[in-house]
Amino acid sequence: MCSMIDSDMPIINSKILREKLQENSIRIIDVRRDQEYQQGHITNAVNLPLAKLLNDDSPESIQKIAQDLGISNDTPVVVYDDTFGALSSRVVWALQYIGHKDVKLLDVTFSQWKDLGYEISTEVPEIEPATHSVKINPEIMATAEYLEKVKENKNVVIIDNRERLNYLEQHIPGAINIPYRTLATDGKILRTKEGMKTLLKNRGISEDAEIITYCGSVGTLSGLAYYALKSIGIPNVKLYVHSFKEWKSLEKPIDKQENANYWDLSAE
Amino acid sequence: MAQQLRPSKPADKQPKIDWSRRQEAENFAETVKLFRQGKIDHDMFRRYRLQHGAYGTRMTDDYAMVRIKVPAGQIYPYQLEKIAQLSEMYSIGSAHFSTRENIQLHWVILEDVSEIMQSLADVGMTSREACGNTVRNVMCSPLSGVCKDEIFDATPYALAIARFMLRNPICQGLPRKFKFNFTCCEKHGMIRIVDVGLLPQIKEIDGEKRKGFKIFLGGGLGNRSFVGHQLEDFTPVEDLLYTSMAVIRIFDRMGDRKNLSRNRMRYLVNDLGWEKFQNLVLKERAVVKATQSVIVKLNIDESANEIQRPISVSDESASVPDGFARWQKTNVEKQSQSGFNSVFIGLEAGDITANQLRSVAEIIRDYSAEGFARNGFSQNIVIRYVHDDDLKSMYSRLIENGLAKTGSLTMASAVGCSGTTSCNLALTNSHRLAKEVQRKFLELNFDEDDDLRDSTIKISGCPNSCGQHQIATIGFYGGGGRHESNMFPNYTMSLGGKFDEDSMLGHHTARVPVKRIIPVILKIIELFKENKQPDDTLAKWIDRVVKGNESSKITGVEDIKKEIAPLIAPPKVEDEPDFYMDYGSDTNYHTVTGKGECAA
Ligand code: HEM
Ligand code: SF4
Repeated sequence: MCSMIDSDMPIINSKILREKLQENSIRIIDVRRDQEYQQGHITNAVNLPLAKLLNDDSPESIQKIAQDLGISNDTPVVVYDDTFGALSSRVVWALQYIGHKDVKLLDVTFSQWKDLGYEISTEVPEIEPATHSVKINPEIMATAEYLEKVKENKNVVIIDNRERLNYLEQHIPGAINIPYRTLATDGKILRTKEGMKTLLKNRGISEDAEIITYCGSVGTLSGLAYYALKSIGIPNVKLYVHSFKEWKSLEKPIDKQENANYWDLSAE
Repeated sequence: MAQQLRPSKPADKQPKIDWSRRQEAENFAETVKLFRQGKIDHDMFRRYRLQHGAYGTRMTDDYAMVRIKVPAGQIYPYQLEKIAQLSEMYSIGSAHFSTRENIQLHWVILEDVSEIMQSLADVGMTSREACGNTVRNVMCSPLSGVCKDEIFDATPYALAIARFMLRNPICQGLPRKFKFNFTCCEKHGMIRIVDVGLLPQIKEIDGEKRKGFKIFLGGGLGNRSFVGHQLEDFTPVEDLLYTSMAVIRIFDRMGDRKNLSRNRMRYLVNDLGWEKFQNLVLKERAVVKATQSVIVKLNIDESANEIQRPISVSDESASVPDGFARWQKTNVEKQSQSGFNSVFIGLEAGDITANQLRSVAEIIRDYSAEGFARNGFSQNIVIRYVHDDDLKSMYSRLIENGLAKTGSLTMASAVGCSGTTSCNLALTNSHRLAKEVQRKFLELNFDEDDDLRDSTIKISGCPNSCGQHQIATIGFYGGGGRHESNMFPNYTMSLGGKFDEDSMLGHHTARVPVKRIIPVILKIIELFKENKQPDDTLAKWIDRVVKGNESSKITGVEDIKKEIAPLIAPPKVEDEPDFYMDYGSDTNYHTVTGKGECAA
């Protein structure tokens, strides 16, 4: 079975997926809630509410989820959501973490797919359980301990993907802020490659850097950032999957933008 | 809710002028890089940055505030949508409507500013010359073209001046910033508190009706404020450009470039004396006219905007939504065009979320027969050409989107500058205070009180007047006070400021601790109610009080001081710790300021 696109980019173009919709060998995962899924999904997609994965994201649990969804070691997988790609990123990442190779993020959300006029259905496909091995991919994951150890390294860049005000209020010392909203473009969950490269270039982030992304709690927003960076071929990216929530609970050091009442500028 | 599915909407109206220049974005990115590498010095970079519309931010070099110019306040739906997106991508998810018809994005990472400029170019906007020693955003009354008291619509002239001055070499290195305001009538504009203020006039000359302006020069607010002087009885439109150029040339030549705190044109006017300055301008104009008449001309586009009521979205049978009468009374102004209204959207101190911006864009498309909106003078948005029959349905839409705050045209809509939320020079959180005052006023239904309607509250976070406190009926500027060994935010209150035909700067009355401001305002209103004449308004009454012309129990400012004295005495820290904290802060107050760059 051939891989779905020639490059090893973890992103798939919606047009290409559409052409391959009828290939039963592809497993398409819809990461919305069950109820939303029932009302219509991309044709042939199966449902995996993110909560189910987050409930227990140990490698064994991810393995079981994959098997239950009929995913074997070499099943091509495509994941989508309706939350600007953040939830699906987290699922793609989890599968890669347990060693799945051919898994890709759909470059549009479900709404955008619909806006394109592409096929949706309410039919729930039959799933044939499969077997999947676990071969952990440690280099794509960062722990608090690891982060703390490398954060002073010159070649390490830590990126906080939460919104600006949250970042100003508290963040991991040394982290820079790229809010997740910065990563999208009109009609797609990610910027163009050129746009992403410009953003990094303006910020003075070298593509050879080791980049660690984090967000508020479960690695969704930062998961999207992970794939935004991967989409332009940055080799060394890690997701600090348990993110700022864990960092705080471990009482690690925190930085803050002092002496300014920025929250009072918000109209929320 | 009275919304129905409707046929596809007509395409967005397009602005007549593209203000952007894409190349500037790339240059900006390059220049930031050189600055970070230490190849450009701090001062030079700062000048460059301000020239391109990016201010510094409080206590940091990492962030900027991007000020997007909206000449004459005209803003189009797709531009609002773009700004919504930019605020989420590069700012705090909210944008700020300023008192000078700009839209500001705060806490932008300096390295991202060029991306904002790129995107602004996509929708024909610019931040160029929004700060620094340039001709700042050219303002025009949001009611120009629809005001009942106007003689003709100044908008095309405001746009023409903006177009002429933007990127013009004569405006790139002025001694200091330079402001133009056009208005419809005396009541709706602020023509006497800027360098050049213009009021439309028509005069019969040799049996012919000629368009022109009354021009006011040398006004301005700041650490020291002045009211502008009228140049001559009537300036015909043909002389508009020559007069403007003459004034700018004189300022450029003679303005004080050394003394940063006294280099606005108003100081020059004050130092020379009005008559001398006036003569200089008239002479200079003759020279400009003689030497340039063949080459320069304003590009004035007076072609009418298309007025086309969008397909009706109103359901006649819908019931009147709750609160409609109050909202209509305090936010809607009838236009000179029969059947049409200008709807004011009130914001808290000018702040609006990205989603609300998107809603405003949709609401403009659905309800405005002119297809765009105008930024107001009081940190608000004005949607004009709304048909009588559509007001109720529009109100429902505004409610759904949290945009139906009442009191826009009343004293309840307090203005507050950025203060400590982002400004380097701020001493207090004036921004939050304005929100607190507004919330209190609305809670007390003061917006419905006709006696209070024509009064204003404006608040600055330091003496620099960005909140325009001197022209407010009740104005405040921030500072620090001390009691025993503890500091607290302490505002100076001025009373009786006005910006109409007898413009007057407010009278400093007392220093009021921040947590006593609301009680003091309420006390003044109470005194007014007790002592007013039957047809008095608060503004009229305060005017008499500050001029010593009031004959009731309160005869002058001294009596007000006496009345509020018990309210403003500082308590012991132990008794009321909150007194010593500013709004938005849970620690004891102390003043911190960074390097100011209003003069840069
Ligand atoms: C000595 C320094 C400054 C002076 C004299 C000054 C003066 C003014 C004045 C008079 C206005 C009112 C608009 C009008 O002209 O009618 C204004 C508006 C404004 N200024 Fe300044 N300014 C100074 C520095 C700054 C700084 C450092 C900042 C912060 C970056 C700032 C931010 C603003 C803002 C945000 C407005 C619009 C008010 C609003 O709607 O929020 N100004 N300024
Ligand atoms: S008045 Fe003072 S605090 Fe307010 S924006 Fe201006 S300089 Fe800053």
